[in-house]
Amino acid sequence: MRIEARNLGWREIVRGVSVEIRKGETFGLVGPNGSGKSTLLRLLAGLMPRAAGEVWLDGAPLAQLSRRQIAQRLALVEQFADTGEALSVRDAVDLGRTPWLSPLSPFGPEDRQIVDRALAAVGMEGMAARAWATLSGGERQRVHIARALAQEPRVLILDEPTNHLDIHHQLALLGLVAALPVTVVMALHDLNQAMMCDRLGVMSDGRMVACGKPAEVLTPDNLARIFRVRAQPMIDPSDGSTLFRFLPMETST
Amino acid sequence: MTRRAALSALAVPVLSRAGLGAVLLALAVLAGVTIGEVALPLGLVGDLLAVKLLGIERALDPIEAGILWSYRLPRTLVAAACGAGLALSGVVLQALVRNALADPYLLGVSAGAGAGAVAVTLLGLGGGAIGLSAGAFGGAASAFLIVALLAKAAGGGPAQLVLAGIAGSQLFNALTSFFIAKSANAEQARGLMFWLLGNLSGVRWPDVSLALPVVGLGFLVCLAHVRPLDAFSFGSGAAASLGIAVRRVQLVLIAAVTLMTATLVSLVGSIGFVGLVIPHAMRFLVGPRHARLIPASALAGAVFLIAADIAARVLIPGQVVPIGVVTALVGAPGFALILIRNRRRS
Repeated sequence: MRIEARNLGWREIVRGVSVEIRKGETFGLVGPNGSGKSTLLRLLAGLMPRAAGEVWLDGAPLAQLSRRQIAQRLALVEQFADTGEALSVRDAVDLGRTPWLSPLSPFGPEDRQIVDRALAAVGMEGMAARAWATLSGGERQRVHIARALAQEPRVLILDEPTNHLDIHHQLALLGLVAALPVTVVMALHDLNQAMMCDRLGVMSDGRMVACGKPAEVLTPDNLARIFRVRAQPMIDPSDGSTLFRFLPMETST
Repeated sequence: MTRRAALSALAVPVLSRAGLGAVLLALAVLAGVTIGEVALPLGLVGDLLAVKLLGIERALDPIEAGILWSYRLPRTLVAAACGAGLALSGVVLQALVRNALADPYLLGVSAGAGAGAVAVTLLGLGGGAIGLSAGAFGGAASAFLIVALLAKAAGGGPAQLVLAGIAGSQLFNALTSFFIAKSANAEQARGLMFWLLGNLSGVRWPDVSLALPVVGLGFLVCLAHVRPLDAFSFGSGAAASLGIAVRRVQLVLIAAVTLMTATLVSLVGSIGFVGLVIPHAMRFLVGPRHARLIPASALAGAVFLIAADIAARVLIPGQVVPIGVVTALVGAPGFALILIRNRRRS
């Protein structure tokens, strides 16, 4: 599913962001803390009240779709979503089926299979009966992603999905996301991980200041200007891919 | 086709559970009408039903039949409606505001309803059960609004909500006392104070015909929203991204809760702790999913309040204890348990 955003804005947090995300693309959002990444993701999901600008999903204006229609197309995994309810892992993932259910089509065997597949995709199939309160931060994150997968979206929006995850699960998750046949938009903290995206948008102070292929966008120049680090590109001889080593900026005084 | 198969596979346990619930409720009502200062034989209930519903001629003791039909049955039915309505209100409020301590009593909704009803009674703004209920509804709605706005202005956290609820309750209870002090004569004042503690003594058939439809409607509204209520588990943002029209759902459910609470308070006064303790007990028994929690809480609330009313009638021979006193005696320790459990979780 193609996403087009024009002149998105919300208060002073996000200002005049226009971007086009292609069908099936894995689009990364990077930027320093407080640069507006999370707000931009929420704007793309149509979740911010009194937002400026417009979003189209495959040409259909988001503002004209009902919440339910949006949720059938687009799933969002936010940071820090927690619950005090004594839900099990399966209960939490079942919630992903919400936009597809109605009194006339209650939760059925198909829905159960979809939930099973979503649990398996994040490696949580053996923990379906575990209580939410007993999960680690990384396990909770994987359950949230399974919940989003159970929504069967065509656009998956993830806010720093690798937070809380150990390195094995970080790589597994990025591999899973890259292999999904859906459009993915995700905020990422780790710039080396951002290199695996098809394209990147760089946020700084509420604006998208650069957008393009990772190698074109994450130049030492941009990194110095936006992230205030000195980046040393290094080539991995085994596959020729670029890695960054980050160093503090030399102080001018 | 798989959908239909799933539907019919689900229908059997749902129907058998509903049947079990109906039996439990019927037994509670039976206990409610037979136990009391004058114990009435079970056979009388059958005979009376035969006379009243089927029109069969039976010889009945007119006094016993009168107690059963005109006093105990309406009283027990209103107790059931009241327990169910308050428990449902608690479930819905706890889910919507994501706060284990939310219930109509603690959030000031009951106090607002009480103040509204007293204002209508004393200031003569329209009379009768409908006028009273309308006043209670106005009071309950304004109390909810004030508490919600205050909680939001204070930062919107769970602690702020409870504190705002306390402030709201105090304000509206003070208003109630003020109205009574200003406008009521001694006899009215005594009656109102007794009513405010929660009292089923004056309940007659017209009250039943108000309470049952309102709570029935509230129950159906809650049942129709079991999935949205589940979706609120991770907050209203998560609910919105799951396709829930958050504002509309909040508005419909809060209207249902306010209507139920206001109607019940206008009929029987403010009965505390049912809306708080019953939903938690049921979460413990049937889990947090609302498809089970809503019917289980409605049933348990109904049965609990019938039992509390029986206790209120027989605890002190020759005297009726206000039912709010009985529910608080059971509810306060229950509330303490919830507080302790919550501390462990956080």
